Amino acid sequence: MALLELKNITKDFPGVRALDGVSFDLNPGEIHALCGENGAGKSTLIKILCGYHPAGSYGGEMFLSGQKVFFKTLQDSEKAGLALIAQELALVPEFSVIENMSLGQEPSHFGLLQKDQAEQNCRRALEKVGLSVDPHTQVKDLGVGQQQMVEIAKALSKDARLLVLDEPTAALTESDSKRLLDLLSQLRQKGVSVVYISHRLEEVARIADRVTVLRDGKSVSTGPISQMPKDKIIADMVGREVKTFYPRPPAREGEILLSVKNLSFENPQVPGRKILDGVSFEVKAGEILGLGGLMGSGRTALLSALFGVARGKVTGTIEMEGSTLPPFNHPTQAIRQKIALVSEDRKRYGLVLESTVRENLVLAVLSKLTRKGLLDGEAIDLSCEKEVLDLRIKTRGLSTLANQLSGGNQQKVVLGKWFLTSPKILLLDEPTRGIDVGAKAEIYELLGRLTAEGMAIVMASSDLPELLGLSHRILVLNQGKAAGLFDEHSATAEKIMEAATAAAGKAKAS
Amino acid sequence: MIESNWKQSIPWRALTMVGALLVIWILFSIGTDGTFLSPRNLSLLMRQMAVTGILASGMVLVIVAGQIDLSVGAMTGFLGALAALLFVNHGWPLGLAFAATVLAGALFGHIQGHLVTWFNLPPFIVTLGGMLIFQGSLLGLTGGVAVSPTPDFLAVGQAFLPKGVGWGLTLLLDAFFIWRFFKEKSLARWKWAGLFVLATGFTAILNAYEGIPIPVLLLLVLTGALSVLALQTPYGRHLYAIGGNREAAFYSGINIKQHLVLVFTLMGALAGVAGIVLTARVGAATSDAGHMMELDAIAAAVIGGTSLMGGRGSVWGALLGALVMASLDNGMGLMNTEAFWQPILKGSILILAVGADMAGRRKS
Repeated sequence: MALLELKNITKDFPGVRALDGVSFDLNPGEIHALCGENGAGKSTLIKILCGYHPAGSYGGEMFLSGQKVFFKTLQDSEKAGLALIAQELALVPEFSVIENMSLGQEPSHFGLLQKDQAEQNCRRALEKVGLSVDPHTQVKDLGVGQQQMVEIAKALSKDARLLVLDEPTAALTESDSKRLLDLLSQLRQKGVSVVYISHRLEEVARIADRVTVLRDGKSVSTGPISQMPKDKIIADMVGREVKTFYPRPPAREGEILLSVKNLSFENPQVPGRKILDGVSFEVKAGEILGLGGLMGSGRTALLSALFGVARGKVTGTIEMEGSTLPPFNHPTQAIRQKIALVSEDRKRYGLVLESTVRENLVLAVLSKLTRKGLLDGEAIDLSCEKEVLDLRIKTRGLSTLANQLSGGNQQKVVLGKWFLTSPKILLLDEPTRGIDVGAKAEIYELLGRLTAEGMAIVMASSDLPELLGLSHRILVLNQGKAAGLFDEHSATAEKIMEAATAAAGKAKAS
Repeated sequence: MIESNWKQSIPWRALTMVGALLVIWILFSIGTDGTFLSPRNLSLLMRQMAVTGILASGMVLVIVAGQIDLSVGAMTGFLGALAALLFVNHGWPLGLAFAATVLAGALFGHIQGHLVTWFNLPPFIVTLGGMLIFQGSLLGLTGGVAVSPTPDFLAVGQAFLPKGVGWGLTLLLDAFFIWRFFKEKSLARWKWAGLFVLATGFTAILNAYEGIPIPVLLLLVLTGALSVLALQTPYGRHLYAIGGNREAAFYSGINIKQHLVLVFTLMGALAGVAGIVLTARVGAATSDAGHMMELDAIAAAVIGGTSLMGGRGSVWGALLGALVMASLDNGMGLMNTEAFWQPILKGSILILAVGADMAGRRKS
C-alpha cells in the first residue's frame, strides 16, 4: 500500500489555477522525484502536502497509509511524520547544532532544560546522517552542506518517515551533493520515503525510483526512472524538444578587455588566511571565461574583488584598455569602467524585492535618467520597456513588485539592470541557480548574443555541464589559487574536478 | 506597456486614510456641535500640526532609508531656543539668526549621520544620545527661563498670508492642476481634479477666518519640496532602494554612506525650521520645548504608511498622519476630554493604523 496518496488535487489562487487535478503517490522506502519548471506547481503541491495550505483551501484528497488526512498546519503534518527541508534552511544561525536540533522539542524537567539529554539526542541524530561535527558549533560556522545535514538529522530525530526536499543541492558543491544523495539512498534502505524536487536532472537520474513531471499545474507524465530518460523529462517539462541546450557561441578572437594580475586578498577576520592568492587571467571580447571550483575555492571572492565589493583589502592590478588600475574598492568605480556583476544571491544583492520592476531596472542608472535634476519618467519607461522586450521578462507591468516574479524573471530583471549600464565586461556568479529549464535556455541564448556583440563574460558556476557547455576557457580555482586553465577542447568534467579537488599546490595548468 | 489591472492603479491606501480622517472629523464635529469644523478651529488645527508635520515629512525620508532619528524633538527645542537667543540676547538680524539656526541643525544632523555611517554606530543609539545631549543643552542655554522674542520673530508662527495673496497662489496652483488634468489621459487624471478641489477648498476655508497661516504655508511648501525629492530625484529613489535592500543598493553602485549622511543633515536642518516655528507659535522658547516631538513625528510617519523596516513610505502620507494626530489633540481639547485620554487614544490609533495596514497588505 502506498505511504502517501494525493488524489486529484486542485488549487486556485486569485486569477490562476496553480494545480489542476494532480495525483501523486509515494511508496514506503521510495524516492519519488518531482520535476517541473518554476511555476509548474511543485511548490504549491508540497505546500499542500505539508499543511501550509490548509485542508479545505484546495480540492482533492490526501491519504497517508490509506487513511484520509486533513492537515491544517505544518505542525499537523509534522506529527504525522512528514518533514520539509526547504530551499531556505530553517535553522537559527546563532544557535549551536544542539540548540537547533532540540528547538521546539527541548527535553526538560520541571521546566528546566536538560542539556545533557539534548546533547545525547543530538549526537544520536547526527550519527544517523553520518555527520561528524562538534554539536556545540554554531550553525552559522557550518558549511551549507553540513547545515542541510543538520536539518535532515533534525527531521529524523522527530521520527519523520517522509522527507520532502525542495532543491536541496541548489547551494551545495559537487562533493556535498554527492554526500547528500548517498545519505538519501541509505535512508531509503531504512524505509524512509522521499519526495525529491530538483532542477538537476543528473541527480534525479542517479537517485530517484520514480519521476513525476508537472507542467502548468498538471501532471504530465509519471513513471519509473528507467522509462524516464533525461531528454524525455526535459521535453515534458518544457512541452517542447530542447535541442541544443548549451548553445556555446563560436569562439572569437577579440582584443583583451580585462587582464588581471596577481589578485590576492586576505580574510579580514583571519589574518594570514588568503581567500584569493595571486590569481592572474585575462578575458577577450566575445569570450566566455568559466570559473570552476568548489564552494569556498574563491570564485565568488574573485568576482567580488573585480567588482569592488570584496570584504577585505585586495592587492594586485587590473589592466583595462591599456591602463593599469589598482583593484576597485567601491562598485561605483567598477561600474564606471563598464563592469557589471550579477551576484549569486539575487534576492540579497540583486533586487529590492518590495520595489517595482521599473525601480529595480533603473536602479544603477537613475542619475543619468534625469532632466533638470528631476527624474525623466518617459526616459525611464523607455529604458525599462526595452529591457523587458529584449529579455522577454514576463511581468504584468513595470509597476509589478519584483517579489511577484518567478526566479527566472527576477534574474532577467537583474540582468536588465546591468545592461542599462551598457557594460563591456559581465561578471556572472551562478547565473542560473534556482531557475527553471526554460529560463535557463533563454539566458544561455542571451549570453550567446552578448558575446557576439563583443562583450566579455566571466561566469562562475557550480553546474558542471553548464560550465563545460558554455565556456570558451575554464579557469579552475582551488583554495584561492588558480589550479588549472582549460580550453573548450581539452576541458572535461573529470579534469575540472581533479584540479578543483587536488591538494593545494599540486595542480598544474594544462 | 499597459497596466492590465486598473484596480491596482487606484491608491487604495491613501483613500482609506483620507476616509479615516473624515470619519474622525465627522465624529468630532458631532461631538462639538459643529465647532470642530468651523474655519476658526480648522485654522487653529492646521497651525497646531505645523511643527509635527515639518518633522514628520523629514522623518519619512530617514525611516525610508532604514534609519531612525530620535533626537529631532530635543533638537527642535534646542534650536528654537538658539534662534530666540541669537535674535533677542545677541541682537542678530532676524534673517541671519534664522539661517544660523537652520545651518546649526544641518551641522548637528551631519555629525550624527557621520557617527552612524563612518563609525557604524546604530542610529537608534546615536540619536538617543543626541536627544539627551540636546535636552541638557536646551536647559543650559535657557537656564530654565523662557525667552520671548519680539513680534517680527513671532510672525513666522502666528501671522497670516493676506487673503488676496492666498487666492493668487491658489489660482496659480489650480491652473497647474487643470493643465495636468487635461494632459493626463488615464484614470490618474482624477487625482488632479481632486487636488484642484482640495486646494480651492483649503484656501476658501482658511480665508473665511484670517487667511492661510504662515507656518501652514511653510509646512506645505516644505512637504511639497520633500515629496518631489522623494519621488522624482535619483537621490530620493536611492533612499528607498537603500531602505528596501541595502546590499542590492550598494551593489548597484550607490554611495550609501553619502546618502545617509545627507538624510540626517536634511533632518537636522528641518529641525532648525521646526524649532523656529515652534518658538514663534508658542511665543517663547521654554526649557521643555520639543519634548517627545520625535515620537509624534515617527507616529505621524507610521500612521501615514511608512514602514519602520525601511523602503516604504510617503511624505504626503506623513502629512496626513500629522493631521490625524493634530485632529485628535484638537478635537479632544474642544470636547473637554480629560487630558490623560489624549495619549491613550493616540497610541491606540497608531497601533490600529499599522495593524490595518499589515492586514491589508497580507491580503493582497
